[in-house]
This record gives sequence, C-alpha cells and structure tokens, in this order.
Amino acid sequence: MSLDRNTVHHVALLARLELSEQEEAQFTDQLGHILEHFEELAALNTDGIEPTSTVVDLIPRYRDDVVTNPPAPEELRANAPARDDNFFKVPKIIE
Amino acid sequence: MSELLRLSISEANDLLSRRKVSSVELTTAALQRIRNSDDRLRCFLTVTDDLALAQARRADERLARGETGSLLGIPLGIKDVILTKGVRTTAASRILENFIAPYDATVSRRLFEAGAVCVGKLNCDEFAMGSSTENSAYQVTRNPWDHDRVPGGSSGGSAAAVATGQCIGSLGTDTGGSIRQPAACCGVVGIKPTYGRVSRFGVIAYASSLDQVGPMGRCVEDCARILSVIAGHDTNDSTSVEVSVPDYAEALGPSCKGLRVGIPKEYFVEGMQPEVEKAVHAAVAQFERLGAVVSEVSLPHTEYAVPTYYLIATAEASSNLARYDGIKYGLRRGESDGLLAMYRRTRAEGFGTEVKRRIMLGTYALSAGYYDAYYLKAQKVRTLIRRDFEKVFAQQDVIVAPTAPTTAFRVGEKTSDPLQMYLSDIFTISINLAGLPGISLPCGFDAMGLPIGLQIIGRPFEEARVLQAAHAYEQSTEWHKRSPPD
Repeated sequence: MSLDRNTVHHVALLARLELSEQEEAQFTDQLGHILEHFEELAALNTDGIEPTSTVVDLIPRYRDDVVTNPPAPEELRANAPARDDNFFKVPKIIE
Repeated sequence: MSELLRLSISEANDLLSRRKVSSVELTTAALQRIRNSDDRLRCFLTVTDDLALAQARRADERLARGETGSLLGIPLGIKDVILTKGVRTTAASRILENFIAPYDATVSRRLFEAGAVCVGKLNCDEFAMGSSTENSAYQVTRNPWDHDRVPGGSSGGSAAAVATGQCIGSLGTDTGGSIRQPAACCGVVGIKPTYGRVSRFGVIAYASSLDQVGPMGRCVEDCARILSVIAGHDTNDSTSVEVSVPDYAEALGPSCKGLRVGIPKEYFVEGMQPEVEKAVHAAVAQFERLGAVVSEVSLPHTEYAVPTYYLIATAEASSNLARYDGIKYGLRRGESDGLLAMYRRTRAEGFGTEVKRRIMLGTYALSAGYYDAYYLKAQKVRTLIRRDFEKVFAQQDVIVAPTAPTTAFRVGEKTSDPLQMYLSDIFTISINLAGLPGISLPCGFDAMGLPIGLQIIGRPFEEARVLQAAHAYEQSTEWHKRSPPD
C-alpha cells in the first residue's frame, strides 16, 4: 500500500507534529517504502491466532492506599518550561 | 591508560576489599581516562565528576568499615535514558536538553545502594531509537576499534565506554537489540534480561512491551555481577515479575557438558558477512568441544520479525512519546500561537528525524482504518514468533546465533536509508518480541580487526543458564582479552 501526501499530513496532525514541506515529502517516500516492505505480513495466515500484547501475565497487585513517595513539589516544578509560583503556566486554552 | 581500567569487576573488588586500591583512585583514573579520550570517542553526554567522587569516598568509608559487596566502589556508566536523581538526563534528545531527573530509576537506586559509582551518562540514539548511535541529537559516538565506524546502537555509548576503559561496566537498554548489537560492534559483553526480570521504573519509555535494562561489561562474569544487583521485582513496575534472583556470578563454571544447543538455520542468511558466519560456526564447534550437544533448529517466522517489530515498537512509541507536550517539563516552543501550535512546534523542534519517523509510522499503524491491517496483524505474528521459540525450547536449552549480520558499519553508511538501518537488527529483535533473555559476547574478529558478536538465547528467566554457557565459551577462548588500540 503506497502512502499519499494527504495521509502523511493528516497523521502528522494526529501525532501533534509540525512537519516542514521537505519532511512531509521525505516521509511520504520513506514511510511508503517501509510499509511496502512490511506488506509481506499481509500474506501470512493468522486466522484464529490470538494477538500478543505483552509476554508476562499481568496480575493485578493490591496495596494499601497510602502515599509512599514523599511529595517533592520543588524538584518536580524545577523542570517546568514556564511557571508562576506553584503553578505550571500554559497558553490560554479557552477563547 | 591506567592498568586499573583494565580490571574486571571481581579483580577490582578484590583489590578494593584488600585495601590495595581505593575507590577514589579507581574513579579518578576513570574520570581521567574520560577527559583524555572522550573528545575523540564522544561516549558521554554528561560526566558526573562531583557525584562520582562523592560516591567513591562513601564507598571507601564503607570498605574501611569492612563492608563487602560485588559493586562496592566500582565505577560504572549509565545510559542517558535511565534517570539519575539531580543529574541531567536527556535521552539524547533536544526535547529533554535541560531535564534534571527528580528521582532515581530503580536500577540506578539499586546500583547506588550497592555502592557503585556513577561516572556519567552515556550517549545513545535519541530515545533509544536506532542501531548506530548516529541518531543522538548531540554527538556521534565512535567505535573504539575504528573511529570511522559506528559503535552500534542504541546503547553505543555504553558499549564503547566499556570497551575503551572509561568505566568498568555500564547499563544499557534493549528494545530490539540495543544492548546486544553495540556489544557485538564494540567487542564487549551485554545481556538483555527476560522481559520482567529488571524494573523499568524511571527508565524513559520507548516501547513498553519490549524495553528491558541490562548490563554491559568486558567479560561475562562482570555482567553477571551487575545483573544480580539490578534484577528483581519492584512494586513500582507492575511488569516486573516476582521470580527470585540467583547469584548469577556464583553459578558460572567451565563446562557445557550435556547442554543442548540449537542453531537456527534462518539466522544464516544471504548477504551476511562471510567472516561473521565463519566465526559463529567456529564458536558452535567450540561448544561441541566443551561437551554441548548441537542440533540445527528452525524458527520459521524469523523473516517476519522486522516488520512485526517496527509496527509494534513504533505504535507503542507514538503513545509513549505523546507525553512530550511542553507543559510540565522539557522544551517549549510556539506558545504565543495557542495550545495546538505549541504542541506541534515543540515536538517539531524537540524531536530528531528518526524519532519523528517512528512516531509517524506508529501513529499511522494505530489510526482508524489501518489498525487491524498493521498493529493487530503484527501482534498476531508476534504470537507465531513466540511459539517458534517455545517449540525449539521444548528440545533445546539454549539457542546460539550471530548477534548481527555484519561487523560495525561506517559512520553515515546507512543514515539515508532507514529500512537498511532497520535490517541491522534482524537477529536480535525476535528475542524482544518473545521476551527472552539474550547475551552477546565476542567470538572473533574480521579481516579489518573489527569484533564479531555471538548471541546466546535462553528460556524466560534462565539468565543463569545463558550466562553459564557464555562464560564457559568465553573462558575457553581469548577473544575477550583483546582491547581496542589506545
């Protein structure tokens, strides 16, 4: 299945990536080529085969509902790109 | 270079506990070596001089009190996708250029509690996505055996630093071969443990159903010692499994008597470097001399592993990397144009080309209309790949194969063709898809003097058997004693 430029444009929006014209063209070619190579999977019969999402048995583990990690607000906020006192600053999201 | 930096962990441990050398001396030698060689090799993104010397002094105090411990006072490097509290941790990405880890990953904490010394954070492909370390946003690490060649990837810094004596051992991560392939390229040993063996709490996620942390060292025993410290259940990682951790170094011995070794015919493919094939066959003959019983086996779905891996890994990556949104940490760009523009511009400037390519591929594979054809299909083929291994392991104890189809390639050789780069993982990725433990260790050199890697694969949680087979082979050969030119 080849990939068209519109699909790449749409996927970039879904992925929250801004692509340059050049990147968009390059990814259209490269991803198309990669997906073409991956077409061999389609030819393999997988009727009745269960999908594997993880190789370990995920057993729900219960614990007491207590805080075990001491709050470290200063350390966590220290990496903020923009902050105002105790808050993370973000652009206006409601017009 | 100081002779101290050629010591194995057990040799260094012996000198430390007899007070013949101090951790401060050992650490100072490593830091000196990094200063003198890293402008050429480019293994480290951050050198943690102050932290290392403080940890070394504490280790010396513990040693003076008569404390013992296999890693007490030993200088190690840590791949820069693993959090180290108070230290910059970048995942080799611009998006985390100024990120200071607010806590230690469980593996870092376990190393530090055992008294290990962290000399710095090691370069890798951005977010561990790559097979050459050329995708680092900061620098290209050089192969110590030939500076025009790549060290492999993604844990290229972890492999090269150990090979060249900048640290005695290191931690890497392996999602599709990222410990084993660079170990092969740099002539060192690296083990990817069973999925669930080592906690990933505090490890920057790439593909969560595949990622594992593991040790790298100059001999099998060193890897065994580090693995014993980092392995085990962690309440902070629900995918870590409650299976007891043996003393891996204690179990090592010289014999392979009666060990059933399977050689998968699909791992000797057209286009592979003839010297690699020859070296692996010679290693198999060596296993026979050590008492192993060798049979040819088949893993029929091997040819599907590359597409299966690159669909699953990129799908998981596209989800994991959604967190880099410029809100709470990391780079932020374009905030004056509103929230959506901020997300898109932050990620456009913060991520490198390969990371974007994988996010795009993964988002596409998960998007409406394509999910069944790509992602779900890949998960079903993953089941077939797992079953291949289960069938073989009903008859065999370990599988022996090459780690990579070629020795280290040239810097720039594969950067323009992503598919060619992906194919350098053909022998390692199935092991991640099946969640098995796998080790790479040196088994020869090609005509250019570049190291060749041998891969040994085991059943889930049978790291002890894998390490034992690797150790027996290693000790019966001389390959691990060669060092790259200074």
